[in-house]
Amino acid sequence: MSATSWGWLVLLFPLAGTLVISLGWRVWPGRAPGVIGSAAIGLSFVSAVLMLLELLDRPHDSRSLVDSAYTYASTGGFDADMAILVDPLSVLMCLVVSGVSFLIHVYSVAYMKSDRGYTRFFAYLNFFVFSMLLLVLAANFVILIVGWAFVGAASYLLISFWYRRRTATAAGIKAFVINVIGDVGLVIGAFLLFDATGALDYATVFEQTPRVFATNDGQLVAACLMLLVGAFAKSAQIPLHTWLPDAMEGPTPVSALIHAATMVTAGVYLIARMHPLFEQAPAAADVSAVIGATTLFVAATIALVVTDLKRVIAYSTMSQIGYMVLGVSVFAYSAGMFHLMTHAFFKALLFMGAGSVIAAMANEQSLDKMGGLRKAMPFTYVTFTIGALALAAFPLTAGFFSKDEILAYTLNRGGAYTILAVVGYVAALLTAFYAFRMVFRVFHGEPCPEARELEQGHLAHSDPVNPATGEPEDVEVGYPGPEHHIAEREWPMKAAMAPLALLALVAGFLQVPGVTDVLEKFLEPTFESSHYVHEHPSDSSEYIGLVIGAVISLAGIAVAAFVYLRRPGVTKHLAERYRGVHDFLANKWYFDELYELTVVRPFAAAGRFGRTVIESAFIQGFLVGGTVRLVQAGSSFARSIQTGELRAYAALLLMGVGGLVLYFLIVAS
Amino acid sequence: MDIAWFVVLSAFIFCIGAAGVMTRRSPLVVLLCLELMLNAGNLALIAFSKMVGNQEGQVFALIVMVVAACEVVIGLGIIVAMYRRRVPIDVDALSELRG
Repeated sequence: MSATSWGWLVLLFPLAGTLVISLGWRVWPGRAPGVIGSAAIGLSFVSAVLMLLELLDRPHDSRSLVDSAYTYASTGGFDADMAILVDPLSVLMCLVVSGVSFLIHVYSVAYMKSDRGYTRFFAYLNFFVFSMLLLVLAANFVILIVGWAFVGAASYLLISFWYRRRTATAAGIKAFVINVIGDVGLVIGAFLLFDATGALDYATVFEQTPRVFATNDGQLVAACLMLLVGAFAKSAQIPLHTWLPDAMEGPTPVSALIHAATMVTAGVYLIARMHPLFEQAPAAADVSAVIGATTLFVAATIALVVTDLKRVIAYSTMSQIGYMVLGVSVFAYSAGMFHLMTHAFFKALLFMGAGSVIAAMANEQSLDKMGGLRKAMPFTYVTFTIGALALAAFPLTAGFFSKDEILAYTLNRGGAYTILAVVGYVAALLTAFYAFRMVFRVFHGEPCPEARELEQGHLAHSDPVNPATGEPEDVEVGYPGPEHHIAEREWPMKAAMAPLALLALVAGFLQVPGVTDVLEKFLEPTFESSHYVHEHPSDSSEYIGLVIGAVISLAGIAVAAFVYLRRPGVTKHLAERYRGVHDFLANKWYFDELYELTVVRPFAAAGRFGRTVIESAFIQGFLVGGTVRLVQAGSSFARSIQTGELRAYAALLLMGVGGLVLYFLIVAS
Repeated sequence: MDIAWFVVLSAFIFCIGAAGVMTRRSPLVVLLCLELMLNAGNLALIAFSKMVGNQEGQVFALIVMVVAACEVVIGLGIIVAMYRRRVPIDVDALSELRG
């Protein structure tokens, strides 16, 4: 079979999985939906591997295949086909998405075991994977937008999965609204491109771009900025990032899959996919690079002080995506995609570890209440630490090579980009620190009561209350279930975490400067039209970068070890001493408050104005009520004539006839 | 004879009928007065028909008589029914159609 046929199968398996699980929800016994869902994604991953092999069989210069199933919309101006594009970039994304998704599905089979919404969960999860694959395989803007919107919808459904939790539904709505802002940006961007090039499929648009647009042409820059709005909303970059930390209200596997490994990297993929546009509009790419650098720094500083375990990882996700956005925006595509891949491995791993820890803590997520879980949870401890090492870019782990490659490329651009690279290195220090802040606060130190209980073989249980607000939970739907599942006791969770831990350790060797460049060679056909594809930093400068990165990483870990292991009280002391800074960071740079003031309040006020003045007073009171009163007045007049007196009717009749006669007499004379 | 006499007579009879319909309270008398008005109309029709010299007016007068006969049948029927049900025989008391 050809590569594109396998591509269609990659798409179809998750779709079939969704349909089978959701249509048969009454029939499937026990764990069947989880098995079906995992199998569907597993088959999808196998198809993706076969697609890769088929693609590798083809000669180097014909590795970009488009296959159209049918015409989706045919109009006078353009035809939108239901078409997929199979090229190295989309194949890489398919492999990462379906591979990580498969492992997370396997993990969820055990983790979500006692949740009442088990079937619903897997239906949603399969739907998400289908949407994500549609997004990455799309060969034109129409399908891209469809996939983009589907992914946002799936994210909404899964964030509000426990829909009786008020915090969860609020977080879902927030995520959806911000994602729709991004969708609108994407649509406007696509329209601006269509307006100039008259086409919506990537190939034609990219081919036309250098012809119809001068460098930094106003319309092209506007289109690119609109695409960036879409990318930033999806990838949680400043200023559209506030939904991601709140999205942690969803179940932990969702956080691992959607809000760490796959969906949030869609923005990075979009920028990489649209590289011919951004190279023609370097101004837009610079905006994107600056925003990526800002986000990676801001998010890293917030992650230093946040005490909710999942939110720490969420902010680190934002920060790492900032690195990727920076990478693809300085036209270091393979470096950005490399970091996307390694990040998917270690961040999914970290979330899985966090899920296991949270289960052991009976849904408690606060770092303040955790401690000393190392002995009780050896497997989780080891895998979580591996994830943290990769996140901290510890030498020779996956994150080490990928992060430093991005920074080396950024430095190589020279000029003002040096500042962005320096910001990246500073944030790398913070990253190493907060990664090990998590490890030390969760697993080291004085064991918390739950850890002691677990050491004696009892898993902690808690009353069903929402950990965020303390409200009692609806145990039918709004609650993870009466039982908790930790990796130590569930083989599927171990089976999912072990391969990811391995990948987090070794995936970096795909791309060792001067030694291997598997990924770059593989991605070359996609980016060969790029002017920057052969602009490498020299090996020596890359190695200097690696040494700097190693020193920074070790320093960050050492500081964390000193602060949390040797002098456990020192952080409280520092927080008291620099109260202002601490509060500023703990309140997430007051972004939520800023939006509350500048966007939410005015909109709410406008809504209230609309409801009370326009709707109630004008429409209800005047337009509708006025008509009603007019008809009422008319009918009460007509009623007053109907006296029921026969003689009065006769008199009226006579008067009418008399009037008519008089009229005709006057007219005739 | 001059047509005017006929028309004036017809108008007199019509006015008597109309006044009766409006002033009398007994439905029986109201019906009689209606007959007066109809026959005043008939008189005018026949007079004009004679003046114009064709028969159309006379045919029309015959039809009016048929209608009047039907109307009397129904009207008297209603009055008898009212009497049997012991409803007061008084048009002012019958004001159920009041809106």
